[in-house]
Amino acid sequence: MVLSANDKANVKAAFGKIGGQAEEYGAETLERMFATYPQTKTYFPHFDLGKGSAQVKGHGKKVAAALVEAANNIDDIAGALSKLSDLHAQKLRVDPVNFKLLGQCFLVVVASRNPSLLTPEVHASLDKFLCAVGTVLTAKYR
Amino acid sequence: MVHWSAEEKQLIASVWGKVSMEECGAEALARLLIVYPWTQRFFDNFGNLSSPTAIIGNPKVRAHGKKVLTSFGEAIKNLDNLKGTYSKLSELHCEKLHVDPENFRLLGDILVIVLASHLGRDFSPVCQAAWQKLVGVVAHTLAHRYH
Repeated sequence: MVLSANDKANVKAAFGKIGGQAEEYGAETLERMFATYPQTKTYFPHFDLGKGSAQVKGHGKKVAAALVEAANNIDDIAGALSKLSDLHAQKLRVDPVNFKLLGQCFLVVVASRNPSLLTPEVHASLDKFLCAVGTVLTAKYR
Repeated sequence: MVHWSAEEKQLIASVWGKVSMEECGAEALARLLIVYPWTQRFFDNFGNLSSPTAIIGNPKVRAHGKKVLTSFGEAIKNLDNLKGTYSKLSELHCEKLHVDPENFRLLGDILVIVLASHLGRDFSPVCQAAWQKLVGVVAHTLAHRYH
């Protein structure tokens, strides 16, 4: 799966429109993921996962920042996320299936907060982008 | 058998009541064909699927999307007997249509996104949770009679 020039343009434009709200998008993505896929909570036994949790907000901010970084370096996502990829392989070891779940929730957040942004074409590009990010983050697992 | 809490049933019904299933069905199927183009393999006789615009405007896509979602409505009315409700449809998808059940999961995820885009902030996390559970159960049930 390859990101076309169109995909890259769509993704950059989408994150441009999301702008400073990326942190909120990140936090809500996690909130939805924990509510919809409770098994994802197993990676956060040390977190308060209650509504409005500062830890979830803080972590959502980190996740969003990584997605923004990947979008800003979309020609070399592997390079941009190399350290994060190491972290996931060596320390976090989040099972690969979970990246798809996070991706689904991110798309739901975009759809609910900014439906006009998520045209079918942008939806396709963002879905591919999120897949690519997941692939990079799990690339060094074995 | 799947257990549905009263809250889940209420969340499912309230979303169903707020959206046009015809619109959502057409949009969900169109997005499936656009976002996951390999799913077009089942629709050789649908005519022009050459671009997102063509797919969105294609009357066969719209009609089929409506049909699929109408069937979803049956599921919602029969949450406590999904296996019975979908037994024949499951056999059809296996024996005649030869559809890999993974496609049901893909369509379900897309439907959730379409609902989110129509309902905005009303599509709360617990709403999403109930609907992801529903689409997952429907996908599983449609695959149940596969052999």
